[in-house]
Amino acid sequence: MNDSETRDAGFDEWLDAAEEDRAYYLACPNDHGSLPPRRVCPDCGATELEDLELPDSGEIKTFTVTHVPTPAFEEDAPYATAVARFGPVRITGQVVGIDPEDVETGLEVEIEVTVSETTGERVLGFSPV
Amino acid sequence: MSDVRVAGVGLTPFGNAPKRTSRDLFAEASITAFEDSGVSRDDVDALLYGNFMGELSEHQGHHGPLMAEAAGVRAPATRYESACASSGTAVRDAVMRIRNGEDDVILVGGAERMTNLGTAGATEALAIAADDLWEVRAGMTFPGAYALMAQAYFDEYGGEHEDLAHIAVKNHENALNNEKAQYQSAIEVSDVLEAPQVSSPLGLYDSCPISDGAAAVVLTSEEYAEEHGLEAPVSISGTGQGGDRMALHDREYLARSPAAREAGEEAYADAGVDPADVDFAEVHDCFTIAEVLAIESLDLFPIGEGISAARDGRTTADGETPINLSGGLKAKGHPVGATGASQIAEVTKLLSGKHPNSEFVEGATTGVAHNAGGTVASATVHVLEVSE
Repeated sequence: MNDSETRDAGFDEWLDAAEEDRAYYLACPNDHGSLPPRRVCPDCGATELEDLELPDSGEIKTFTVTHVPTPAFEEDAPYATAVARFGPVRITGQVVGIDPEDVETGLEVEIEVTVSETTGERVLGFSPV
Repeated sequence: MSDVRVAGVGLTPFGNAPKRTSRDLFAEASITAFEDSGVSRDDVDALLYGNFMGELSEHQGHHGPLMAEAAGVRAPATRYESACASSGTAVRDAVMRIRNGEDDVILVGGAERMTNLGTAGATEALAIAADDLWEVRAGMTFPGAYALMAQAYFDEYGGEHEDLAHIAVKNHENALNNEKAQYQSAIEVSDVLEAPQVSSPLGLYDSCPISDGAAAVVLTSEEYAEEHGLEAPVSISGTGQGGDRMALHDREYLARSPAAREAGEEAYADAGVDPADVDFAEVHDCFTIAEVLAIESLDLFPIGEGISAARDGRTTADGETPINLSGGLKAKGHPVGATGASQIAEVTKLLSGKHPNSEFVEGATTGVAHNAGGTVASATVHVLEVSE
Protein backbone atom coordinates (compact mmCIF):
# COMPACT_ATOMS: atom_id res chain seq x y z
CA MET A 1 0.00 0.00 0.00
CA ASN A 2 1.08 3.54 -0.66
CA ASP A 3 -0.15 5.79 2.13
CA SER A 4 0.93 9.41 2.49
CA GLU A 5 3.75 8.37 4.83
CA THR A 6 5.41 6.26 2.16
CA ARG A 7 6.43 7.75 -1.14
CA ASP A 8 8.03 6.09 -4.11
CA ALA A 9 10.81 8.41 -5.18
CA GLY A 10 10.58 9.26 -8.84
CA PHE A 11 7.03 8.04 -9.28
CA ASP A 12 5.27 10.20 -6.71
CA GLU A 13 7.21 13.27 -7.85
CA TRP A 14 6.01 12.49 -11.38
CA LEU A 15 2.39 12.41 -10.16
CA ASP A 16 3.02 15.73 -8.29
CA ALA A 17 4.28 17.25 -11.54
CA ALA A 18 1.37 15.80 -13.53
CA GLU A 19 -1.06 17.38 -11.04
CA GLU A 20 0.54 20.73 -11.89
CA ASP A 21 0.28 20.04 -15.64
CA ARG A 22 4.03 19.49 -15.84
CA ALA A 23 4.15 15.76 -16.67
CA TYR A 24 7.53 14.81 -18.07
CA TYR A 25 9.49 11.93 -19.50
CA LEU A 26 13.14 11.00 -19.37
CA ALA A 27 15.06 11.64 -22.58
CA CYS A 28 18.47 10.19 -23.36
CA PRO A 29 21.03 11.71 -25.76
CA ASN A 30 19.81 9.26 -28.45
CA ASP A 31 16.23 10.55 -28.28
CA HIS A 32 14.75 7.53 -26.51
CA GLY A 33 11.95 8.32 -24.09
CA SER A 34 11.06 6.47 -20.89
CA LEU A 35 9.28 6.92 -17.56
CA PRO A 36 10.86 7.34 -14.12
CA PRO A 37 12.27 6.23 -11.74
CA ARG A 38 15.20 5.30 -13.95
CA ARG A 39 18.96 5.82 -14.11
CA VAL A 40 19.62 4.05 -17.39
CA CYS A 41 17.93 4.33 -20.78
CA PRO A 42 16.33 0.89 -21.36
CA ASP A 43 16.81 1.25 -25.11
CA CYS A 44 20.52 2.08 -25.32
CA GLY A 45 22.03 2.08 -21.82
CA ALA A 46 22.76 5.81 -21.81
CA THR A 47 23.01 7.17 -18.27
CA GLU A 48 22.60 10.87 -19.00
CA LEU A 49 18.85 11.28 -18.75
CA GLU A 50 17.08 14.64 -18.66
CA ASP A 51 13.50 15.52 -17.80
CA LEU A 52 11.56 16.86 -20.76
CA GLU A 53 7.95 17.97 -20.72
CA LEU A 54 5.39 15.67 -22.30
CA PRO A 55 3.02 16.98 -24.96
CA ASP A 56 -0.27 18.29 -23.54
CA SER A 57 -2.35 15.68 -25.29
CA GLY A 58 -2.04 12.05 -26.26
CA GLU A 59 -3.94 9.43 -28.24
CA ILE A 60 -5.54 6.25 -26.93
CA LYS A 61 -3.93 3.25 -28.61
CA THR A 62 -5.96 0.50 -26.89
CA PHE A 63 -8.45 0.29 -24.03
CA THR A 64 -10.56 -2.05 -21.91
CA VAL A 65 -13.43 -1.71 -19.48
CA THR A 66 -12.65 -3.67 -16.31
CA HIS A 67 -15.57 -5.23 -14.44
CA VAL A 68 -13.55 -7.52 -12.14
CA PRO A 69 -10.99 -5.33 -10.33
CA THR A 70 -8.37 -5.95 -7.68
CA PRO A 71 -9.58 -5.11 -4.13
CA ALA A 72 -7.90 -1.68 -4.40
CA PHE A 73 -10.44 -0.69 -7.09
CA GLU A 74 -13.52 -2.55 -5.88
CA GLU A 75 -15.65 0.63 -5.58
CA ASP A 76 -14.31 2.08 -8.85
CA ALA A 77 -15.43 -0.72 -11.18
CA PRO A 78 -16.49 -0.73 -13.92
CA TYR A 79 -13.79 1.61 -15.19
CA ALA A 80 -11.92 2.07 -18.45
CA THR A 81 -8.16 1.54 -18.60
CA ALA A 82 -6.24 2.71 -21.64
CA VAL A 83 -2.76 2.83 -23.08
CA ALA A 84 -2.19 6.25 -24.63
CA ARG A 85 0.75 7.65 -26.57
CA PHE A 86 2.19 10.99 -25.46
CA GLY A 87 5.03 11.88 -27.81
CA PRO A 88 7.90 9.45 -27.28
CA VAL A 89 6.24 7.37 -24.52
CA ARG A 90 3.10 5.34 -23.99
CA ILE A 91 1.38 5.49 -20.59
CA THR A 92 -1.29 3.32 -18.91
CA GLY A 93 -4.08 5.19 -17.15
CA GLN A 94 -7.70 5.19 -16.12
CA VAL A 95 -10.04 7.11 -18.41
CA VAL A 96 -12.17 9.61 -16.49
CA GLY A 97 -14.70 12.29 -17.46
CA ILE A 98 -16.40 10.04 -20.03
CA ASP A 99 -18.71 7.01 -19.89
CA PRO A 100 -16.40 3.98 -20.00
CA GLU A 101 -18.53 2.53 -22.80
CA ASP A 102 -17.76 5.58 -24.98
CA VAL A 103 -13.98 5.19 -24.80
CA GLU A 104 -12.41 4.23 -28.11
CA THR A 105 -9.08 3.85 -29.86
CA GLY A 106 -7.93 7.16 -31.33
CA LEU A 107 -9.57 9.29 -28.63
CA GLU A 108 -7.50 12.39 -27.79
CA VAL A 109 -6.81 12.70 -24.06
CA GLU A 110 -4.80 14.68 -21.54
CA ILE A 111 -3.24 13.45 -18.32
CA GLU A 112 -5.43 14.01 -15.27
CA VAL A 113 -4.42 12.62 -11.90
CA THR A 114 -7.55 11.28 -10.25
CA VAL A 115 -8.37 9.49 -6.99
CA SER A 116 -9.50 5.92 -6.35
CA GLU A 117 -13.01 5.82 -4.87
CA THR A 118 -11.94 2.69 -3.02
CA THR A 119 -8.70 3.73 -1.34
CA GLY A 120 -8.44 7.50 -1.78
CA GLU A 121 -5.03 6.94 -3.41
CA ARG A 122 -3.92 8.98 -6.42
CA VAL A 123 -4.47 7.27 -9.76
CA LEU A 124 -2.94 8.23 -13.07
CA GLY A 125 -5.85 9.13 -15.31
CA PHE A 126 -6.69 10.42 -18.77
CA SER A 127 -9.57 12.71 -19.64
CA PRO A 128 -10.87 13.54 -23.11
CA VAL A 129 -9.53 16.83 -24.50
CA MET B 1 26.67 -32.60 -25.16
CA SER B 2 24.19 -34.99 -23.59
CA ASP B 3 20.70 -35.49 -24.92
CA VAL B 4 18.21 -34.62 -22.15
CA ARG B 5 15.62 -37.35 -21.55
CA VAL B 6 12.24 -37.01 -19.88
CA ALA B 7 12.33 -40.04 -17.59
CA GLY B 8 9.08 -39.45 -15.74
CA VAL B 9 6.26 -36.96 -15.24
CA GLY B 10 3.69 -36.37 -12.55
CA LEU B 11 0.71 -34.06 -12.17
CA THR B 12 -1.83 -33.54 -9.44
CA PRO B 13 -5.35 -32.87 -10.59
CA PHE B 14 -5.63 -29.13 -11.33
CA GLY B 15 -8.56 -27.33 -9.74
CA ASN B 16 -10.11 -26.18 -6.56
CA ALA B 17 -8.32 -27.49 -3.45
CA PRO B 18 -8.14 -24.48 -1.10
CA LYS B 19 -7.10 -26.54 1.92
CA ARG B 20 -4.12 -28.26 0.28
CA THR B 21 -0.68 -26.77 0.91
CA SER B 22 1.72 -26.41 -1.99
CA ARG B 23 4.14 -28.76 -0.24
CA ASP B 24 1.45 -31.45 -0.26
CA LEU B 25 0.61 -30.78 -3.90
CA PHE B 26 4.24 -30.95 -4.98
CA ALA B 27 4.85 -34.10 -2.92
CA GLU B 28 2.02 -35.82 -4.79
CA ALA B 29 3.27 -34.76 -8.22
CA SER B 30 6.83 -35.82 -7.37
CA ILE B 31 5.75 -39.29 -6.16
CA THR B 32 4.00 -39.87 -9.48
CA ALA B 33 7.02 -38.59 -11.42
CA PHE B 34 9.47 -40.86 -9.55
CA GLU B 35 7.16 -43.88 -9.98
CA ASP B 36 6.83 -43.11 -13.69
CA SER B 37 10.59 -42.70 -14.12
CA GLY B 38 12.07 -45.65 -12.26
CA VAL B 39 14.74 -43.23 -11.01
CA SER B 40 15.93 -43.45 -7.41
CA ARG B 41 15.50 -40.31 -5.29
CA ASP B 42 19.09 -40.87 -4.11
CA ASP B 43 20.37 -40.11 -7.60
CA VAL B 44 18.81 -36.64 -7.84
CA ASP B 45 21.48 -33.96 -8.18
CA ALA B 46 19.20 -30.93 -7.84
CA LEU B 47 15.64 -29.71 -7.53
CA LEU B 48 14.65 -26.68 -9.62
CA TYR B 49 11.22 -25.50 -8.52
CA GLY B 50 8.87 -22.87 -9.91
CA ASN B 51 6.44 -20.84 -7.83
CA PHE B 52 5.03 -17.34 -8.18
CA MET B 53 2.80 -16.24 -5.31
CA GLY B 54 3.80 -18.39 -2.33
CA GLU B 55 4.54 -15.37 -0.15
CA LEU B 56 1.03 -14.05 -0.71
CA SER B 57 -0.97 -17.29 -0.60
CA GLU B 58 0.95 -19.20 2.06
CA HIS B 59 3.18 -16.68 3.81
CA GLN B 60 6.10 -18.78 2.66
CA GLY B 61 9.37 -17.90 1.00
CA HIS B 62 12.46 -20.07 0.54
CA HIS B 63 10.53 -22.83 -1.21
CA GLY B 64 13.53 -24.78 -2.55
CA PRO B 65 14.54 -26.77 0.52
CA LEU B 66 10.92 -27.07 1.65
CA MET B 67 9.96 -28.75 -1.61
CA ALA B 68 13.07 -30.97 -1.72
CA GLU B 69 12.03 -32.20 1.72
CA ALA B 70 8.43 -32.68 0.58
CA ALA B 71 9.63 -34.76 -2.39
CA GLY B 72 12.05 -36.77 -0.23
CA VAL B 73 15.05 -35.49 -2.17
CA ARG B 74 18.35 -34.75 -0.43
CA ALA B 75 19.84 -32.32 -2.91
CA PRO B 76 20.34 -28.60 -3.32
CA ALA B 77 17.13 -26.89 -4.36
CA THR B 78 16.38 -23.51 -5.88
CA ARG B 79 13.14 -21.68 -6.49
CA TYR B 80 12.55 -19.98 -9.85
CA GLU B 81 10.21 -17.04 -10.15
CA SER B 82 9.30 -15.61 -13.54
CA ALA B 83 5.60 -15.03 -12.91
CA CYS B 84 3.57 -17.52 -14.98
CA ALA B 85 6.77 -18.73 -16.69
CA SER B 86 8.35 -19.78 -13.39
CA SER B 87 8.64 -23.51 -14.07
CA GLY B 88 9.38 -22.97 -17.76
CA THR B 89 12.54 -21.14 -16.72
CA ALA B 90 13.29 -23.92 -14.21
CA VAL B 91 13.03 -26.53 -16.98
CA ARG B 92 15.32 -24.47 -19.19
CA ASP B 93 18.02 -24.32 -16.53
CA ALA B 94 17.64 -28.04 -15.83
CA VAL B 95 18.17 -28.81 -19.52
CA MET B 96 21.31 -26.69 -19.66
CA ARG B 97 22.76 -28.21 -16.49
CA ILE B 98 22.31 -31.76 -17.77
CA ARG B 99 23.67 -30.85 -21.18
CA ASN B 100 26.85 -29.33 -19.82
CA GLY B 101 27.55 -32.38 -17.68
CA GLU B 102 27.00 -30.61 -14.37
CA ASP B 103 24.11 -32.90 -13.38
CA ASP B 104 22.79 -36.31 -14.45
CA VAL B 105 19.39 -36.29 -12.76
CA ILE B 106 17.23 -33.26 -12.00
CA LEU B 107 13.79 -33.06 -10.46
CA VAL B 108 12.12 -30.00 -11.98
CA GLY B 109 8.60 -28.76 -11.46
CA GLY B 110 6.43 -26.31 -9.66
CA ALA B 111 3.28 -25.76 -7.68
CA GLU B 112 0.83 -23.01 -6.86
CA ARG B 113 -1.84 -22.62 -4.25
CA MET B 114 -4.30 -19.95 -5.34
CA THR B 115 -7.94 -20.67 -4.56
CA ASN B 116 -7.50 -20.03 -0.83
CA LEU B 117 -7.02 -16.34 -1.76
CA GLY B 118 -10.48 -16.05 -3.31
CA THR B 119 -11.13 -14.35 -6.66
CA ALA B 120 -10.26 -10.80 -5.54
CA GLY B 121 -7.16 -11.96 -3.68
CA ALA B 122 -5.92 -14.07 -6.57
CA THR B 123 -6.62 -11.20 -9.00
CA GLU B 124 -4.48 -8.97 -6.79
CA ALA B 125 -1.72 -11.58 -6.50
CA LEU B 126 -1.60 -12.14 -10.26
CA ALA B 127 -1.46 -8.39 -10.86
CA ILE B 128 2.01 -8.15 -9.33
CA ALA B 129 3.39 -9.80 -12.46
CA ALA B 130 2.81 -6.36 -14.03
CA ASP B 131 4.59 -3.07 -13.23
CA ASP B 132 3.19 -2.02 -9.86
CA LEU B 133 3.91 1.70 -10.19
CA TRP B 134 2.77 2.28 -13.76
CA GLU B 135 0.21 -0.45 -14.41
CA VAL B 136 -1.28 -1.94 -11.23
CA ARG B 137 -1.80 1.46 -9.55
CA ALA B 138 -3.71 2.62 -12.60
CA GLY B 139 -6.14 -0.25 -11.99
CA MET B 140 -4.77 -2.68 -14.55
CA THR B 141 -5.59 -6.30 -13.76
CA PHE B 142 -4.23 -9.33 -15.58
CA PRO B 143 -7.35 -9.96 -17.61
CA GLY B 144 -7.27 -6.19 -18.21
CA ALA B 145 -3.77 -6.35 -19.63
CA TYR B 146 -4.68 -9.14 -22.04
CA ALA B 147 -7.87 -7.28 -22.91
CA LEU B 148 -5.72 -4.29 -23.91
CA MET B 149 -3.78 -6.64 -26.19
CA ALA B 150 -6.99 -8.19 -27.57
CA GLN B 151 -8.42 -4.76 -28.44
CA ALA B 152 -5.12 -3.73 -30.02
CA TYR B 153 -5.14 -6.97 -32.07
CA PHE B 154 -8.69 -6.36 -33.31
CA ASP B 155 -7.76 -2.78 -34.26
CA GLU B 156 -4.60 -3.83 -36.06
CA TYR B 157 -5.39 -7.18 -37.68
CA GLY B 158 -9.15 -7.58 -37.44
CA GLY B 159 -11.08 -10.41 -35.84
CA GLU B 160 -13.80 -10.42 -33.23
CA HIS B 161 -14.80 -11.93 -29.91
CA GLU B 162 -16.48 -14.84 -31.68
CA ASP B 163 -13.10 -15.91 -33.12
CA LEU B 164 -11.73 -16.02 -29.59
CA ALA B 165 -14.76 -17.96 -28.37
CA HIS B 166 -13.83 -20.83 -30.68
CA ILE B 167 -10.49 -21.14 -28.87
CA ALA B 168 -12.22 -21.58 -25.51
CA VAL B 169 -14.66 -24.11 -27.00
CA LYS B 170 -11.79 -26.11 -28.54
CA ASN B 171 -9.78 -26.20 -25.32
CA HIS B 172 -12.77 -27.32 -23.27
CA GLU B 173 -13.39 -30.04 -25.86
CA ASN B 174 -9.76 -31.19 -25.53
CA ALA B 175 -10.03 -31.37 -21.74
CA LEU B 176 -13.04 -33.70 -21.77
CA ASN B 177 -10.84 -36.82 -21.51
CA ASN B 178 -8.10 -35.27 -19.38
CA GLU B 179 -8.71 -36.57 -15.86
CA LYS B 180 -6.30 -33.95 -14.46
CA ALA B 181 -8.21 -31.03 -15.97
CA GLN B 182 -10.14 -28.53 -13.89
CA TYR B 183 -13.02 -28.31 -16.37
CA GLN B 184 -13.99 -31.59 -18.01
CA SER B 185 -17.06 -30.07 -19.61
CA ALA B 186 -17.98 -28.90 -23.08
CA ILE B 187 -19.02 -25.31 -23.76
CA GLU B 188 -20.61 -23.61 -26.77
CA VAL B 189 -19.59 -20.44 -28.58
CA SER B 190 -22.75 -18.79 -27.24
CA ASP B 191 -21.68 -19.56 -23.65
CA VAL B 192 -18.47 -17.61 -24.22
CA LEU B 193 -20.21 -14.68 -25.89
CA GLU B 194 -22.89 -14.46 -23.19
CA ALA B 195 -20.59 -14.93 -20.18
CA PRO B 196 -20.16 -12.05 -17.73
CA GLN B 197 -17.59 -9.48 -18.83
CA VAL B 198 -14.30 -9.54 -16.92
CA SER B 199 -12.45 -6.88 -18.89
CA SER B 200 -13.90 -6.06 -22.29
CA PRO B 201 -13.64 -7.65 -24.84
CA LEU B 202 -12.77 -10.61 -22.60
CA GLY B 203 -15.37 -12.40 -20.52
CA LEU B 204 -15.33 -15.13 -17.91
CA TYR B 205 -15.02 -17.90 -20.52
CA ASP B 206 -12.06 -16.22 -22.22
CA SER B 207 -10.12 -16.55 -18.99
CA CYS B 208 -8.30 -19.46 -17.45
CA PRO B 209 -9.53 -20.37 -13.98
CA ILE B 210 -7.80 -19.83 -10.65
CA SER B 211 -6.25 -23.18 -9.80
CA ASP B 212 -4.36 -25.21 -7.26
CA GLY B 213 -1.97 -27.87 -8.54
CA ALA B 214 1.54 -29.14 -9.04
CA ALA B 215 3.69 -30.69 -11.74
CA ALA B 216 6.96 -32.62 -11.49
CA VAL B 217 9.31 -33.93 -14.16
CA VAL B 218 12.37 -36.15 -13.75
CA LEU B 219 15.01 -35.26 -16.35
CA THR B 220 18.15 -37.33 -16.90
CA SER B 221 21.15 -37.38 -19.18
CA GLU B 222 21.06 -39.82 -22.07
CA GLU B 223 23.98 -41.72 -20.47
CA TYR B 224 22.13 -42.13 -17.17
CA ALA B 225 18.96 -43.29 -18.94
CA GLU B 226 20.88 -45.93 -20.91
CA GLU B 227 22.96 -47.07 -17.96
CA HIS B 228 19.82 -47.62 -15.87
CA GLY B 229 17.72 -49.05 -18.67
CA LEU B 230 15.07 -46.35 -18.34
CA GLU B 231 12.14 -46.19 -20.68
CA ALA B 232 12.55 -42.56 -21.69
CA PRO B 233 11.79 -42.20 -25.39
CA VAL B 234 11.19 -38.43 -25.34
CA SER B 235 13.94 -35.80 -25.25
CA ILE B 236 13.93 -32.08 -24.71
CA SER B 237 15.92 -31.23 -27.82
CA GLY B 238 15.53 -27.46 -27.89
CA THR B 239 15.29 -24.69 -25.33
CA GLY B 240 14.88 -20.95 -25.73
CA GLN B 241 14.06 -17.93 -23.63
CA GLY B 242 13.10 -14.40 -24.56
CA GLY B 243 12.58 -11.20 -22.65
CA ASP B 244 10.90 -7.85 -23.15
CA ARG B 245 10.08 -4.62 -21.34
CA MET B 246 8.04 -5.15 -18.19
CA ALA B 247 5.09 -2.84 -18.84
CA LEU B 248 2.87 -3.52 -21.84
CA HIS B 249 2.89 0.20 -22.76
CA ASP B 250 6.70 0.09 -23.12
CA ARG B 251 6.65 -2.66 -25.77
CA GLU B 252 7.30 -2.11 -29.42
CA TYR B 253 3.98 -3.84 -30.24
CA LEU B 254 0.74 -3.98 -28.27
CA ALA B 255 -0.54 -7.01 -30.19
CA ARG B 256 2.53 -9.19 -30.63
CA SER B 257 4.84 -11.10 -28.29
CA PRO B 258 8.45 -10.63 -29.47
CA ALA B 259 9.81 -12.36 -26.33
CA ALA B 260 8.00 -15.55 -27.30
CA ARG B 261 9.17 -15.24 -30.90
CA GLU B 262 12.75 -14.88 -29.65
CA ALA B 263 12.35 -17.92 -27.40
CA GLY B 264 10.79 -19.94 -30.21
CA GLU B 265 13.47 -19.09 -32.76
CA GLU B 266 16.17 -20.01 -30.25
CA ALA B 267 14.48 -23.30 -29.35
CA TYR B 268 13.88 -24.27 -32.99
CA ALA B 269 17.50 -23.52 -33.91
CA ASP B 270 18.70 -25.41 -30.84
CA ALA B 271 16.70 -28.50 -31.80
CA GLY B 272 17.45 -28.13 -35.50
CA VAL B 273 13.77 -28.03 -36.47
CA ASP B 274 11.55 -25.58 -38.34
CA PRO B 275 8.06 -24.45 -37.41
CA ALA B 276 6.86 -26.68 -40.26
CA ASP B 277 8.20 -29.72 -38.38
CA VAL B 278 6.02 -29.04 -35.34
CA ASP B 279 3.23 -31.62 -35.08
CA PHE B 280 1.41 -30.01 -32.15
CA ALA B 281 1.96 -27.51 -29.32
CA GLU B 282 0.93 -26.76 -25.77
CA VAL B 283 0.80 -22.96 -25.49
CA HIS B 284 0.18 -20.46 -22.71
CA ASP B 285 -3.49 -19.54 -23.23
CA CYS B 286 -4.15 -17.75 -19.95
CA PHE B 287 -6.72 -15.80 -21.97
CA THR B 288 -8.09 -16.74 -25.38
CA ILE B 289 -6.15 -13.93 -27.07
CA ALA B 290 -2.94 -15.31 -25.56
CA GLU B 291 -3.28 -18.48 -27.66
CA VAL B 292 -3.50 -16.31 -30.79
CA LEU B 293 -0.36 -14.38 -29.87
CA ALA B 294 1.43 -17.63 -28.97
CA ILE B 295 0.80 -19.54 -32.19
CA GLU B 296 1.80 -16.48 -34.22
CA SER B 297 4.96 -15.98 -32.15
CA LEU B 298 5.88 -19.62 -32.68
CA ASP B 299 5.50 -19.05 -36.42
CA LEU B 300 2.89 -21.78 -36.67
CA PHE B 301 0.54 -19.22 -38.24
CA PRO B 302 1.31 -15.89 -39.94
CA ILE B 303 0.71 -12.70 -37.95
CA GLY B 304 -2.94 -11.77 -38.30
CA GLU B 305 -4.07 -15.34 -39.08
CA GLY B 306 -3.83 -16.84 -35.61
CA ILE B 307 -7.14 -15.28 -34.67
CA SER B 308 -9.19 -17.52 -36.98
CA ALA B 309 -7.16 -20.74 -36.62
CA ALA B 310 -9.51 -22.39 -34.11
CA ARG B 311 -12.64 -21.19 -35.86
CA ASP B 312 -11.35 -22.63 -39.15
CA GLY B 313 -10.56 -25.98 -37.51
CA ARG B 314 -6.82 -25.68 -38.07
CA THR B 315 -5.86 -26.00 -34.38
CA THR B 316 -8.59 -28.38 -33.21
CA ALA B 317 -7.71 -31.94 -32.17
CA ASP B 318 -8.25 -33.19 -35.72
CA GLY B 319 -6.76 -30.07 -37.33
CA GLU B 320 -3.40 -29.70 -39.08
CA THR B 321 -1.63 -28.41 -35.92
CA PRO B 322 -3.51 -29.34 -32.77
CA ILE B 323 -3.00 -26.70 -30.07
CA ASN B 324 -3.54 -27.40 -26.38
CA LEU B 325 -4.69 -31.02 -26.60
CA SER B 326 -4.47 -31.05 -22.80
CA GLY B 327 -7.21 -28.44 -22.58
CA GLY B 328 -4.67 -25.66 -22.17
CA LEU B 329 -4.64 -23.25 -19.27
CA LYS B 330 -8.24 -22.41 -20.14
CA ALA B 331 -9.74 -25.80 -19.33
CA LYS B 332 -6.93 -27.78 -17.71
CA GLY B 333 -6.32 -24.94 -15.24
CA HIS B 334 -3.42 -22.61 -14.44
CA PRO B 335 -1.73 -23.12 -11.09
CA VAL B 336 0.82 -20.54 -12.09
CA GLY B 337 4.08 -22.06 -10.84
CA ALA B 338 3.17 -25.52 -12.12
CA THR B 339 2.11 -24.59 -15.65
CA GLY B 340 5.45 -24.64 -17.50
CA ALA B 341 6.42 -28.04 -16.14
CA SER B 342 2.90 -29.39 -16.68
CA GLN B 343 3.17 -28.50 -20.38
CA ILE B 344 6.36 -30.58 -20.57
CA ALA B 345 4.46 -33.45 -18.92
CA GLU B 346 1.54 -33.17 -21.37
CA VAL B 347 3.75 -33.00 -24.48
CA THR B 348 5.77 -35.99 -23.24
CA LYS B 349 2.62 -38.05 -22.71
CA LEU B 350 1.24 -37.03 -26.09
CA LEU B 351 4.48 -38.03 -27.85
CA SER B 352 4.79 -41.34 -26.02
CA GLY B 353 1.20 -42.43 -26.64
CA LYS B 354 0.24 -42.22 -22.95
CA HIS B 355 -2.12 -39.26 -23.15
CA PRO B 356 -5.91 -39.57 -23.44
CA ASN B 357 -5.61 -37.47 -26.63
CA SER B 358 -2.57 -39.27 -28.11
CA GLU B 359 -4.82 -40.71 -30.85
CA PHE B 360 -4.97 -37.24 -32.46
CA VAL B 361 -1.19 -37.08 -32.86
CA GLU B 362 -0.38 -40.68 -33.69
CA GLY B 363 3.06 -40.92 -35.28
CA ALA B 364 3.95 -37.39 -34.17
CA THR B 365 7.63 -36.86 -33.45
CA THR B 366 7.86 -33.17 -32.52
CA GLY B 367 5.91 -31.20 -29.93
CA VAL B 368 6.43 -27.72 -28.51
CA ALA B 369 5.74 -26.19 -25.08
CA HIS B 370 5.34 -22.40 -24.83
CA ASN B 371 5.23 -20.78 -21.39
CA ALA B 372 4.80 -17.02 -20.86
CA GLY B 373 5.16 -14.70 -17.88
CA GLY B 374 3.33 -11.44 -17.34
CA THR B 375 2.11 -9.87 -20.55
CA VAL B 376 4.98 -11.86 -22.12
CA ALA B 377 7.88 -9.95 -20.65
CA SER B 378 9.23 -13.47 -20.07
CA ALA B 379 8.85 -16.50 -22.31
CA THR B 380 10.35 -19.95 -22.59
CA VAL B 381 9.89 -22.38 -25.45
CA HIS B 382 10.89 -26.04 -25.44
CA VAL B 383 10.99 -28.50 -28.32
CA LEU B 384 10.39 -32.15 -27.42
CA GLU B 385 11.14 -35.00 -29.79
CA VAL B 386 10.81 -38.76 -29.85
CA SER B 387 14.39 -39.95 -29.81
CA GLU B 388 14.08 -43.73 -29.89
